Amino acid sequence: MRPAAGVAAALTCALALAGCGGSDDTDSPGTGPSAQQQQGELVIWADDKRSAALQPFAEKFGRENGVTVKVQAISKDQQTTFVTASQQGSGPDVMVGAHDWIGNLVQNGAVDPVQLSADQTAGLNPNALKAVTFNGQTYGVPYAMENLALIRNTDLAPKAPATIEELVAEAGKAKTPEKLCLQVGQNGDAYHLYPLYSSAGGYLFGTSADGDYDPKDLGVGRPESVAAFKKIATLGEKGSGALKRSITPENSIATFTSKKCAFLVSGPWAITDVKKANIKYDISAVPGFQGGQPARPFLGVQTFYVASKGKNKALAQEFVTNYVTTPELAVALYQAEPRPPALTAAFDQVKGKDADLEKFVAAGKDGRPLPAVPEMAAIWDPFGKAEAAVVGGADPATTITAAGRTIAAAIK
Amino acid sequence: MTATKLGGPVTQARPAPEPERRGGSPAAILLKATLLGLAIAIAVWAAFPLIENEKWTGLAILVATTAGLLYLYLTPRHIPLKYLAPGTVLLVLFQVFPVLYTASTAFTNFGDGHRGSKQEAVVAIQTASVTQVPGSQQYALRIATTGDPATGPLVFLITDPATRQVSAGDAGGLTAVPGTDAAAAGYTVLTAGQASLRSTEITAFAVPTAGGAIRSSGLSRAYEGKAGRAYDEGCDCIRDTTTGRTWTADESVGAFVGADGDRLAQGWKVAVGLGNFTRVLTDPAIAGPFLRTLVWNFAFAIASTGGTFVLGLLLAMALHSDRVRGRTAYRILLVLPYAMPSFAMLLVWRDMFNTDFGLVNELFGSDVDWFGGSTSARLAVILVQLWLGYPYMFLVATGALQAIPRELSEASRIDGASAWGGFRRIVLPLLMVALTPLLISSFAFNFNNFNAIYLTTEGAPFPADNPANGATDLLITYTYRIAFGGGGAQYGYAAAISIFIFLIVAVVSAISFRRTRRLEEVHS
Repeated sequence: MRPAAGVAAALTCALALAGCGGSDDTDSPGTGPSAQQQQGELVIWADDKRSAALQPFAEKFGRENGVTVKVQAISKDQQTTFVTASQQGSGPDVMVGAHDWIGNLVQNGAVDPVQLSADQTAGLNPNALKAVTFNGQTYGVPYAMENLALIRNTDLAPKAPATIEELVAEAGKAKTPEKLCLQVGQNGDAYHLYPLYSSAGGYLFGTSADGDYDPKDLGVGRPESVAAFKKIATLGEKGSGALKRSITPENSIATFTSKKCAFLVSGPWAITDVKKANIKYDISAVPGFQGGQPARPFLGVQTFYVASKGKNKALAQEFVTNYVTTPELAVALYQAEPRPPALTAAFDQVKGKDADLEKFVAAGKDGRPLPAVPEMAAIWDPFGKAEAAVVGGADPATTITAAGRTIAAAIK
Repeated sequence: MTATKLGGPVTQARPAPEPERRGGSPAAILLKATLLGLAIAIAVWAAFPLIENEKWTGLAILVATTAGLLYLYLTPRHIPLKYLAPGTVLLVLFQVFPVLYTASTAFTNFGDGHRGSKQEAVVAIQTASVTQVPGSQQYALRIATTGDPATGPLVFLITDPATRQVSAGDAGGLTAVPGTDAAAAGYTVLTAGQASLRSTEITAFAVPTAGGAIRSSGLSRAYEGKAGRAYDEGCDCIRDTTTGRTWTADESVGAFVGADGDRLAQGWKVAVGLGNFTRVLTDPAIAGPFLRTLVWNFAFAIASTGGTFVLGLLLAMALHSDRVRGRTAYRILLVLPYAMPSFAMLLVWRDMFNTDFGLVNELFGSDVDWFGGSTSARLAVILVQLWLGYPYMFLVATGALQAIPRELSEASRIDGASAWGGFRRIVLPLLMVALTPLLISSFAFNFNNFNAIYLTTEGAPFPADNPANGATDLLITYTYRIAFGGGGAQYGYAAAISIFIFLIVAVVSAISFRRTRRLEEVHS
């Protein structure tokens, strides 16, 4: 009896101590003298797809420089994982992620600015470079861009509509069950609505003299936004029915590929599915309202960051500023996922083989970089919900004013 | 005495223990030695990082715990403690420690922008302010040393792009090097591998110049940079080196604040006392819809728990009867929803309630905007919970029913009780003794059932004038949105909120348990 109890007890305390050791282990990287033999080590974090594409280049970089390069895939919540791990000292040297993280990464001291030479900056798409510039500093090297465009089924709608009104008329002629596949969902989607919102005259943040977003000038809740939401309401469920809450992020692409609508507002990521469904398609800019301003999609830029708390910053800077800026890597990342490369030289290499790329870039001509200011976090949720409410038939003025109040209270 | 009682069945099942075999069989001794050895090994493994990070308190606790455990299991005495110790250690590690950690976080401003120490914030501000000196150029860089590549003093060999002139830079400044051959001038150029081992030194290395300092950008390029902001210890402030503007450290908010109230983004973690708690109580966004949310939260938890219980019990009773054929097959079918991951099922249900494409509307030919109206959305989430939760209740009720002797119902039948009367007065009270603790835990779980709401309606529908609080929002989803939705992650605030929710659930559970005890007293 006693040995049995002893055994059980010893086993549990072994487990318990393992738990204890594990929790303390987070801030103790393998910095023992044996862990770092004669080679420096560079750790890169990226999402699943990109880490696979990066692997061969990381190995090549490692061989050329006599260092060990580890690419680790972070499949979920990359930004939070990166910030938390950095703070604990167990983060990577190089992080790959979206440019609109910058504001939050900077306020948490998680990334360092990079110093690019004039030649290097000249080789980058100016919009992409602008996106990674925050408070006058360049916080990473962009490698790919993305923006929304209008993808249409050319069998159902042969002509690209110039305005949203024209689109609604065309969709009526095509007699599809849905007029437009633009994801709204139960709680709205600010990213996908923004082209129409901007065309109707609304804005999220004003811009300061140097072209940066100014969080103190909040456009949501202002008269311009009320006017814009009134226009958007005409497309809603009580209006022409082009915007519907039943079109969700999960079903918008599938509805388009099953030919239930002739028009889809989406990004380069939708093309794979559209091709798979054997749909004849064409890509054009998201149309704006008649007589309105141009519809401005958000530009998102995928970026390589140098982590502030990395253990090998000099090597990380070498990799990010002097290696990522070479076209080969950008082309390989394009092949992993077809988004237009931010590096002009790489873009020129691939555009001949892929006509869609140029069309996407053309559709993003009027685009604005997705705001990277940390205050943007306060916008997404209330703005999306206001959109859903107005699309469902709620009063635009009360709705957007309330959203503005909520956002202003969160930013304060 | 307690030990004999606890270990009773095992001892009795064996022949009377011989005095020599007090330690147990050789195999058991070996196992015990292995496990204790394993415990020591793990303790040693855990000790290294503690020593390396100079966490002496943690080390002391580790040593004391390990020594205590070894003593406990090597001495023949303290037998009750031998049974209590593993549970206690686990309780402390997985229950008490997280609760204390949450409680201590609630008194700080820990969150985005306030994660690290003041020192880290100062470093981040200074690093972020380094810009290239206007009009300066970039240089090709070689990292060199005059001594051993691993330890010798570092020198930056920079080549002017226009004149091809090579200069050597160190903390003293730049000196021209004759010719372009580094080796001839007595320098050993480090390979990338060698240099990367001295990464920290290279990053910190700055060669002072008239306009600022030459710093490395990677291992092959250098630029002339200047820090735009610097920390001044005298005024405990950050000073802009060109405009002279200052931001003074404010320890009450953990940020550098300018004269006009403008804050620098990089702050640090400070204790804020009861600040988070008063904010919960005074925040109009919380206080306003709090009561409405609380009422719905109770309704949701009670409906989910009660509904699944009634449904599960009915099914269990139906299948309890001997007259049902193929009972096993039915039972397997009924517990199927329990076998599927609820995560995926919640998402599937969400799509099934879609107005235009959902299965529910298609099946009934209806056109209900399920998540668009308060009542229909609330009904929908409860229906989903019912489907997800009844198999569990069915399982436990089946088990509890089988434990009730059939003679009891038969006796009541003979005494003239109706089937319903027998169930209500005999079976149900006996069932409740076994099931009430499970119902209470199910209630507590559903009260905080974050996924049930977040993966289906996300709190929708939201009234047009309040995007922060929806009709199906539970306290937990609602406060999650407040703590993590707007101004980034606010862990301190979230911890304070979770303490309030903990208090509500604890009070409800305490009252319920007290009532259960009364129930048990009646029937024992």
